[in-house]
Amino acid sequence: MFIKHSTIEKKPLLLLVLIILTISIGGLVEIVPLYTVETTIERVEGVRPYTPLEQMGRNIYVREGCYLCHSQMIRPFRDEVERYGHYSLAAESMYDHPFQWGSKRTGPDLARVGGKYSNEWHVAHMMDPRAVVPESIMPSYPFMTRELGIDDIQAHLETLRMVGVPYDDEMIANAAADLAAQADPEADHDGLLARYPKAVVGDIDGDPARVTELDALVAYLQMLGTLVDFADVDPSSLEQ
Amino acid sequence: MTAVAVDDDIGAMAGYNEAVIRQFTVATVFWGVVGFAAGVFIALQLAFPVLNFGLEWFSFGRLRPVHTSAVIFAFGGNALFATSFYVVQRTCRAPLFGGPGLAAFVFWGYQIFIVMAALGYVLGISQGKEYAEPEWYVDLWLTVVWVAYLLIFLGTLMKRREPHIYVANWFFLAFIITVAVLHLVNNASVPVSMFGAKSYGLWSGVQDALTQWWYGHNAVGFFLTAGFLGIMYYFVPKQVNRPVYSYRLSIIHFWSLIFLYIWAGPHHLHYTALPDWAQTLGMTFSIMLWMPSWGGMINGLMTLSGAWHKLRTDPVLKFLVSSIAFYGMSTFEGPVMSIKAVNSLSHYTDWTIGHVHSGALGWVAFVTFGAVYFLVPKLWKRERLYSLRLVNTHFWIATIGIVFYITSMWVSGIMQGLMWRTYNSLGFLEYSFVETVEAMHPYYLIRALGGILFLIGALIMVYNLWQTTKGKLRDEQPFGVPRA
Repeated sequence: MFIKHSTIEKKPLLLLVLIILTISIGGLVEIVPLYTVETTIERVEGVRPYTPLEQMGRNIYVREGCYLCHSQMIRPFRDEVERYGHYSLAAESMYDHPFQWGSKRTGPDLARVGGKYSNEWHVAHMMDPRAVVPESIMPSYPFMTRELGIDDIQAHLETLRMVGVPYDDEMIANAAADLAAQADPEADHDGLLARYPKAVVGDIDGDPARVTELDALVAYLQMLGTLVDFADVDPSSLEQ
Repeated sequence: MTAVAVDDDIGAMAGYNEAVIRQFTVATVFWGVVGFAAGVFIALQLAFPVLNFGLEWFSFGRLRPVHTSAVIFAFGGNALFATSFYVVQRTCRAPLFGGPGLAAFVFWGYQIFIVMAALGYVLGISQGKEYAEPEWYVDLWLTVVWVAYLLIFLGTLMKRREPHIYVANWFFLAFIITVAVLHLVNNASVPVSMFGAKSYGLWSGVQDALTQWWYGHNAVGFFLTAGFLGIMYYFVPKQVNRPVYSYRLSIIHFWSLIFLYIWAGPHHLHYTALPDWAQTLGMTFSIMLWMPSWGGMINGLMTLSGAWHKLRTDPVLKFLVSSIAFYGMSTFEGPVMSIKAVNSLSHYTDWTIGHVHSGALGWVAFVTFGAVYFLVPKLWKRERLYSLRLVNTHFWIATIGIVFYITSMWVSGIMQGLMWRTYNSLGFLEYSFVETVEAMHPYYLIRALGGILFLIGALIMVYNLWQTTKGKLRDEQPFGVPRA
């Protein structure tokens, strides 16, 4: 070595600098290429930013710590693909702040739960999981029938745009209207669906008068994993 | 070389700040009990979901971060503050840099951080990243406190009156600076409003995933390993009254440990949408990490060579030595689980939970208990602990608790992983998901029992330490001496 270790042991700042250098290498080598290598995120059609209501539902998902028991990451194994659907792509979570892949399956994976069950099933399940799945150990969430507290939905979308989600000016200008329209069965949904294809619209929680937390959460759950149409995807395009 | 050369009794004479160490020691024990109790409660929730009460503040999803933050950051963090401040003053023969004021700021600032974080979780304020749940305003506050901590520690090293920086302090310094880097990068976010709690992180999707597990795994590697190795390197030699086994080994394993640990994060993302090259790199370094980990274990255990008989008469040493043994076990299990083929079975199951607890209960908590039992009589100027027999009782109850915990999680994790991939003779999946949940129930009961035993042990410790601080000595047969 060029520096004797006994020298390092006598100079705290030298020790500090050498520690910082030593711990920097691994992180730089592993994380930086994820931003520079183009194949990291597969090029597939259909992935879009969340609707305002879905994003609010996602925030509830984060708030309640759902990720502590449910993954959103299907691994490319025969049993997982049969149980949950096509394995997850990096592209499918590219607008997720934060990512919610999870690390534990106390409950099943939710990456493609969208469309698997009816809105009514989800509402009954959130109210009392054991009413629909007797063996379930999931907490019940009866308090989610309360009104969705939205301080300033535009500010949320603007912040997300700041961190890289491609919300355009039209989406941001219509944020509040889109949020109300998605849970309102009487509303005109054309603009919303043009901006956000495949969004689940209508009276989601059986209470058309109010936009509730359940409306938001179920709107989010019902779109999970539905954006990419795998019938149109050439498997070779998925190589990272 | 630089074995522990400094006598404890010069502490008061040298003007060391022991008041703040007493505060951190009390906080360690207090938050330990809170964290263990929270763990027992959420373990029972998994066995009996009615305990979620349908109330938002009691649901598993909100209380689980209370448990993890309480044991890692509150119990573990306060233990690291207490021991690092104790060790750095004595091995540098210098009082804490910055005086009592700065140290008091770090103490109260850190307790405020803990309370703000926990209140947030219960009220539904979370970033949604494991072990990094606190929102932006709590993160900023912690950054201020942490910079003050680094200043105190580094300043004390700079004005030391010993020629060399003792090995324990290398580990403490690496822990402090690396945790700062991890914290700043992983928590980078933009608040929605300056007056609201919600923020959105800078990173998304696959990049966020790797950044998070770079953070998450090195919270283990630096907070729960490097920092606690610092504890081992001071308190084990002191308790056995022997120098550290090998100075050369400590150099090699220090630099290789901190170099390799940083690479291991991707093993949390095997078979996910993270590119394969990153997964393979993470696995390779995780396996290599086995070596420096065992370097630390060997250095700790071999420090006892020629003094193993002391285990018969010293239950405090039992905690310290067992902690090193658990450290060796879980740092072997970790590399095994990082192998992709093994991980395909273990990931998403309770096996991971069991692995974490063999490290957290066996290594982190046991080495902390050993250090606290060492510290309390010294800090409160007592002749000895109230009762060594109670230390021994604590040791055995806690050990049995850990065994219940990790064996039940091995069985339930491996069983669940196998059930998920079982096919019947017709080529269909044999089990629905909820059938695997149902099968977990007996193991969740055993796990909760293990946790309860561990908690009871901690309460025995609280009683023992309480009596010690009051200056009482239990009237008992001396430990390790055959009855007349």
